[in-house]
Amino acid sequence: MTAYLASLLVFAGINALLALGLNVVWGLGGMINLGLAGFFAVGAYASALLSLRLGWPMPLAGLAAVAIAAAAGTVLAGVTARLKGDYLALVTLGFAQVMQLVAANERWLTNGTDGISGVPGPWRGVLSPMRFDLLCMALCWALVAVCWVGLDRLAASPFARVLRAVREDEMVAAVAGKRVLWFKIRAFAIGAGVSGLAGSVYVHFNGYVAPDSLDVLLTLNVVLALTLGGTGRMGGAVLGALLLEALTEGTRFMGVLPALSPVQVASLREAVIGVVLILVLRLRPQGVLPETPRILNLEADDDERSRILLGRTLRGA
Amino acid sequence: MEGAVLAVPAIGFNAVYAVLRFANFAVASFATIGAFAGWAANTALGWPVAPSLLAAFVVAGIVGVVTDEVALRPLRPSGALTTAIASVALAIILENVVRFFFGNDPRGFNLAVYRDWRGFGLHVGPQQARDAGAALVAMAALFGFLAFTRAGKTMRAVADNPTLASLKGIDAPRVARIASFVGLGLSGFGGMLIALDTQVDPLTGFRVLLPIFAAAVVGGLGSIPGAVAGAFLIGIGQEMSLLVLPATYRGAVGFLAILLVLSFRPAGLFGQAAS
Repeated sequence: MTAYLASLLVFAGINALLALGLNVVWGLGGMINLGLAGFFAVGAYASALLSLRLGWPMPLAGLAAVAIAAAAGTVLAGVTARLKGDYLALVTLGFAQVMQLVAANERWLTNGTDGISGVPGPWRGVLSPMRFDLLCMALCWALVAVCWVGLDRLAASPFARVLRAVREDEMVAAVAGKRVLWFKIRAFAIGAGVSGLAGSVYVHFNGYVAPDSLDVLLTLNVVLALTLGGTGRMGGAVLGALLLEALTEGTRFMGVLPALSPVQVASLREAVIGVVLILVLRLRPQGVLPETPRILNLEADDDERSRILLGRTLRGA
Repeated sequence: MEGAVLAVPAIGFNAVYAVLRFANFAVASFATIGAFAGWAANTALGWPVAPSLLAAFVVAGIVGVVTDEVALRPLRPSGALTTAIASVALAIILENVVRFFFGNDPRGFNLAVYRDWRGFGLHVGPQQARDAGAALVAMAALFGFLAFTRAGKTMRAVADNPTLASLKGIDAPRVARIASFVGLGLSGFGGMLIALDTQVDPLTGFRVLLPIFAAAVVGGLGSIPGAVAGAFLIGIGQEMSLLVLPATYRGAVGFLAILLVLSFRPAGLFGQAAS
């Protein structure tokens, strides 16, 4: 039971990292990123290959995984810099699918659809399985805590203030002299790096990674976690990941319904995720922990008001 | 050949986008639903291919209108992106409903198998030729619908200028339902065409999601002639890619095409300037 709970919390922690990464891009920057599974894949495979084939120690492989995922994020953000909304959603989703294709087809590197197994974990085999799970849980949540605190500091920084301005009105931010593209690229790189870290944690805990585990459902889960918790607040991302884990485990009871085959149970559980996401979007789109608006009184602040008016004029409204 | 088949769901996607102004990611699931509906009509009821295709269109269209009313329409006021995300969720729900009832096993149609036609050093499968023909018929029917019927004209009016259309007394929710029916029905029709050439299973539509999006985006979101042009470009590109890439990467051609075209024309080949 303890081991079961510990492994649940590891997976919740991995989702929390992914949600934190998405929160930088989407919550602060207002850019949709449906390519999370792609960055997760890059991180997981990089970490697995570096530690398994080149024998790098795990912390180093993990750091490299973060760097490689962040580099991939920089490239993707640079290429898609001018895209917004629907187009960005389509391209990022396409990126994740291409990553899955690469993982399934480059057999020399990724071992194809069989996946990579035997990836080392911290003291795996030395510790009893239960202690291993507990250790992983502690390490994973230590990383969540580091990212949480770090990104929370980031969210309070001038950098995030500009990002929010870009989210609300790109043109106003540009008129205020901010290099919008550069801010977007950095936000994307940070988000991708944190997603890569999640991939690295996943592969060292699980010991195995295959293209199957990198599909769009993973991205959808994280979007749900973040929407559930509340976009814009880092605490919302973490809370959302815990709620999501409770939800997915809560639907396990369907397995005891006697008339259903395992495939039917699995499909019901996946469908529940979709239904809950639609319901949350409809009933509480701001999430459990909504972002608190920073401007409370427009009338009192002439400077702010003139900036907003300027924005409207520029957009021809 | 492949381009003609891809064009049908891509047109469906763009028709929905033109009127409802959001990217409906669930087109893949409607393609799957169409494939299953056509398969059921073909194998369980013993219908020939042509009426089965009609069944695929009608069933996918009806499911499309109903799910849109229930799940997506209430979200439209919250913005295009929220609706698009909800449509990803809807895609997962529909895919799993199909899986719940039919399982993961691949199924095939009741078809006679023909020898390839040969000539001029080319091999052409009669089935592929027939699929392409069916796709062309569907496209011709759609153009006729848009050009000559009242419902088609109101649809174009709303796509062109929603404010003006409402001033003229056009009932926007009704047009939205027509667009959903036609657009998602075409996705189902295209899904069955794709399944005729491959197989029927819960991921039939999802496997071609990337080329469908690519066709729609390359042509220009919301543009129906664009979807046709985009689909033929992607279809040809996928065949040409065989010269330089392994066959398993055909799906990635669409992604590269999106990046290339959007770098030079952010609104696609036939798209209007982004607003």
